[in-house]
Amino acid sequence: MNIGNLIKISLRALSNNKLRAFLTMLGIIIGVASVITMLAIGQGSKESIRSQISEMGSNMIMIQPGADMKGGVRQSSDNMQTLKLKDFNDICSNTTYISKCSPSVASSGQFIFGANNYPSSISGVNADYMDIRKLTIEDGTIFNEQQIASAAKVCIVGKTVIKNLFPNGEEPIGKVIRFNKIPFTIIGTLKAKGYNSMGMDQDDIVLAPYTTVQKRVLAITYIQGIFASAISEDATTNATTEIKALLRSNHKLKDTADDDFNVRSQQELSTMLTSTTDMMTILLACIAGISLLVGGIGIMNIMYVSVKERTREIGLRMSIGAKGRDILSQFLIEAVLISFTGGIIGVILGIVSSFMVKLLFSWPISIQTYSVFLSFLVCTITGVFFGWYPAKNASELDPIEALRYE
Amino acid sequence: MSKSIIRLDNIKRNFQVGEETVHALRGVSFNINEGEFVTIMGTSGSGKSTLLNLLGCLDTPTEGEYYLDDIAVSTMDKNERSTLRNRKIGFVFQSYNLLAKTTALENVELPLLYNPTISTKERREKAEKALEAVGLSDRLHHKSNQMSGGQMQRVAIARALVNDPVLILADEATGNLDTRTAYEIMVLFQELYKKGRTIIFVTHNPELASFTSRNIVLRDGKVVKDTINEHIESAKNMLDNLPKQDD
Repeated sequence: MNIGNLIKISLRALSNNKLRAFLTMLGIIIGVASVITMLAIGQGSKESIRSQISEMGSNMIMIQPGADMKGGVRQSSDNMQTLKLKDFNDICSNTTYISKCSPSVASSGQFIFGANNYPSSISGVNADYMDIRKLTIEDGTIFNEQQIASAAKVCIVGKTVIKNLFPNGEEPIGKVIRFNKIPFTIIGTLKAKGYNSMGMDQDDIVLAPYTTVQKRVLAITYIQGIFASAISEDATTNATTEIKALLRSNHKLKDTADDDFNVRSQQELSTMLTSTTDMMTILLACIAGISLLVGGIGIMNIMYVSVKERTREIGLRMSIGAKGRDILSQFLIEAVLISFTGGIIGVILGIVSSFMVKLLFSWPISIQTYSVFLSFLVCTITGVFFGWYPAKNASELDPIEALRYE
Repeated sequence: MSKSIIRLDNIKRNFQVGEETVHALRGVSFNINEGEFVTIMGTSGSGKSTLLNLLGCLDTPTEGEYYLDDIAVSTMDKNERSTLRNRKIGFVFQSYNLLAKTTALENVELPLLYNPTISTKERREKAEKALEAVGLSDRLHHKSNQMSGGQMQRVAIARALVNDPVLILADEATGNLDTRTAYEIMVLFQELYKKGRTIIFVTHNPELASFTSRNIVLRDGKVVKDTINEHIESAKNMLDNLPKQDD
């Protein structure tokens, strides 16, 4: 018997019991739809965290001093003087996986302009910092090499600082603001970036040449940190290793000694932050998967009842020439048709409900192709798996007994 | 001499019921030739159903050999017997056994669905022809639940005819019908007999023997009587002589 005839017979049998077929399907529909929606929500929030983190910088690697001990007392990283400008220069020039790097020194304090003042911090960096942190100039310019060399008293300010110092909307460029009694001329403004995923205002920022902050504000010779950018996302790990090796040799650390610095990449940060959402996604998908399983059991249940109910029909089919495998295929195809159709409807419903979630709750969603295929595959396998036992039962009936069945 | 369709050679069939062995058939032998219309009769427990199952290739004998159209059946496996049933035998059951909510045409097409050598077009043509032969050409698309008992049995007969079998096996085919309809169905069987069909009619109703050409009686698993009926009564006459119904 050919497959076309079998499908025809199975469709016929299903259409004789439309409501029942639909209700059975419902289990699969809900299962598939919820798997897709849950994964879309989970993946969506993960991606939104990812994108916010990548907003912070491009393949950023942060190097800070650390693990310094003085007489058995572990020191705060701000006070440590292990990172020098030489380290920064070496990282810039003697590495293969680093494209950009900037030293970092910062001091917090009060900015004053006229009658307005605002507490913030001033970061001493170089021009590369803009690219590493994905900052863009809105108006004006970034400080040049010459200004860095001469420790010029110039700065670039973020939107939040501007708002607080120039509440009446005056043009900030060219104005002189004071920080710790030192006058800084504003030479540029930054484009707004908003809050990041950790609730930090990324516009509450003032950038100045690192030499200026080092010499004029803090009066130190060391640097507090180095920001670097790996040449690509994949190169981050290699870059981290490279930096560690370089710094260990620069600092003449023995093999047994701990690092006196910390190297953290953005990737690590992102992994750390997304691990919770990953967990949540897995949890949600598991719950949805269970509903798919329950749907499968529903199919088994209905197929089992259907086989019992149609025992005479099976007997008749066998007596007029249906082989055991014809009966097996017929019931198996019925089960697969239910789960397959349920799967298709479930996929559509899942996509629709994902968009509904986005529309109604404005949650970030991201529908995964793999989740669509996966849940579809799982539901078809469910159909075969749970349809098999009742179908096998049907195919092993004795036609004589089956015909006599009341 | 015409061709032998059925040859039973000392058929025995035992069933194991718990510890005990039940001898349902204790050595049955007979031949049925092409074009015979045979009733197999017997009271319940006579082995009639067992014989029917064997003749219909639904079961195999414990001992002895059964040749259907010169093919030895007892050594065949389940699948081979399925195919054999599909090609050689047409079943008519007491309770019709039509598929529910399915049209007459689809019911009749059913045996041909299990025969991959027959195309959709052929299947449709053969089914229409078979329904025409039982006088239902105007009810092709009626569903089984929209038909009377007599009509349903006609559909069942058409289904038995559609694969052009060498043997039609009827199991109490008139048992569920009222007298008039039962005669009508008998008329149909007699017509088929006249056209040269080989028919075996299994029944416990002795009245039906007069309509057939040969009568085999079973008792306790053995053939006790095997007679040729010289004067076949016409079911059509009986039908005409029935008192007219008032409705």
